[in-house]
Amino acid sequence: MSGKTLSEKIIGEHCGKEVRAGETVIVNVDLSYVQDGTGPLTVRRMKEMGIEVAYNPKKTIFFIDHASPSPRMELSNDHELMRDFARKSGIILSDVGNGISHHNSLEKYACPGDIIVGADSHTCTNGALGAFGTGMGSTDVAAAIALGKTWMRVPETYLVEVNGRLPKGVYSKDIILHLIGTISSNGATYKALEFTGDTISDLSTAARSTMANMSVEAGAKAGLFSPDSKTRNFLKMMGREDAFMELKSDEDAVFEKRIQIHVDELEPLIAVPHLVDNVKKISEIGKVKVNEVFIGTSCNGRLEDLHIAASIMKGHTINPDTRVIVTPASRRVYIEALKDGTIETFIEAGALVTGAGCGACDGVHLGILGDGEVCLATQPRNFKGRMGDPDSFIYLGNPAVAAATALAGEISDPREVM
Amino acid sequence: MGKAWKFGNSISTDVIAPGRYFHLRSNLPELAKHVLEPARSEFASQVQRGDFVVAGDNFGLGSSREHAPMIIKIAGTNAVLAKSFARIFYRNCINIGLPAITCDTDKIDEGDEIELDMEKGVVRNRTKKTELVFSPLPPVMNRILHEGGLVAYIKAHKSLEI
Repeated sequence: MSGKTLSEKIIGEHCGKEVRAGETVIVNVDLSYVQDGTGPLTVRRMKEMGIEVAYNPKKTIFFIDHASPSPRMELSNDHELMRDFARKSGIILSDVGNGISHHNSLEKYACPGDIIVGADSHTCTNGALGAFGTGMGSTDVAAAIALGKTWMRVPETYLVEVNGRLPKGVYSKDIILHLIGTISSNGATYKALEFTGDTISDLSTAARSTMANMSVEAGAKAGLFSPDSKTRNFLKMMGREDAFMELKSDEDAVFEKRIQIHVDELEPLIAVPHLVDNVKKISEIGKVKVNEVFIGTSCNGRLEDLHIAASIMKGHTINPDTRVIVTPASRRVYIEALKDGTIETFIEAGALVTGAGCGACDGVHLGILGDGEVCLATQPRNFKGRMGDPDSFIYLGNPAVAAATALAGEISDPREVM
Repeated sequence: MGKAWKFGNSISTDVIAPGRYFHLRSNLPELAKHVLEPARSEFASQVQRGDFVVAGDNFGLGSSREHAPMIIKIAGTNAVLAKSFARIFYRNCINIGLPAITCDTDKIDEGDEIELDMEKGVVRNRTKKTELVFSPLPPVMNRILHEGGLVAYIKAHKSLEI
């Protein structure tokens, strides 16, 4: 009998038996959450199901992070529906200002080895801690909240082995963009990605979370990292070291595919409109004038992302034809960036810093694009119409590219200003 | 029986249920007036009850918003046929009782008259007088779809079984 993958181990632990890729099982869910784009429908689904209590309210969270604070009265009413249901059922409410669900989950709730379901496709971000986080729709999560269980097919795993030393100006965002560009936006549909190798060992939990986050952009169900000393340190910093556990795939586990990435020759990459797998090297981009630069999101809104951008912008002024919007991922990130002067650097350079949340990424507020406008964003998606007008254009890049672009007013190679 | 509305590859949930109508998510009939708007602006107003959305690869990629399959259904569509589906969208379709059928949609042209036979597992193209066989759903999804979706299933059983 061969060994097991991380996914097989975690899912097996949650259904009380040994499982193999391809099996469909009922699993116990450790943590369920929704956000304000999906949560109101979850509440209605629970009412329709006739189960208006959470199986485990202290492990259920309603995040108001997408339209946060509400820019429209319809959404204010949606938020009230969520608040009211949370109040009555004892579900944890994470209200405006706390920031993005996935980042709060990493900081406060997710533990290595957990199964986490969220009514948000980027719930796979939790894989950065070695938790099997996966996105589902409002009804699936309603069922998970009500019953404490969900059904799941045990995924096959693609082992992504990343080795080499990241060159200047190249970050974990570029590794995951490279992977998505190589295997395409449905290259890993229904599969789990598991990241390993020298480069991965050196990455912080924050940098790993960028890759876990974008695993879904290759279609993956989860993007997993083995919990290691970096994970332990992160949890310790969050005051949750006791949540740490060691967990890794067996040496003789069966991987459906092995993908090798050597990062030594990688350069900053850009996903060009309108699909995330339209990946190009920054040297191939040519002259692209930019109306808006957006730094933040569940993909790249963490303190180290803000540090990367601020180190390039410090002492400079943004291009007068470009607006620059910075949205910290969480309240904690915001406070730390405030204390260490990062926020001041952005504001002095001419950027706007918003409260913590999803910000402009979901096209509802805080930086909506108009007809023909171009944005360079650190977010995970560039689909047509995502940030507003369907005739706008979204380019995705790492935080250093965003900062260099903010100064130049056109998509720029950060290596020239670092 | 209904008419085929053809769409291309990689139609995202941002195209199916655009973010600029985020505020209509609790008003699905209104949101449905904008379904698939950036891809084919005439679709929402001209689709007839019983028609089919027929697409290429990776239909429904992106966000987990269940409003996307909901408004395809509310607009009157009978089922979505595609060469392949994104995972979350696929699961959402079944949960809300909208058949998501994986088949070779290159064999269907815009406007073809289509009939779906879930029992036999075939899509009949009445215009071309051909049949497309599709693989059955996984048993758990088949059961959920058969019972009218996940809400009806849980209401009836108060539990999940596979």
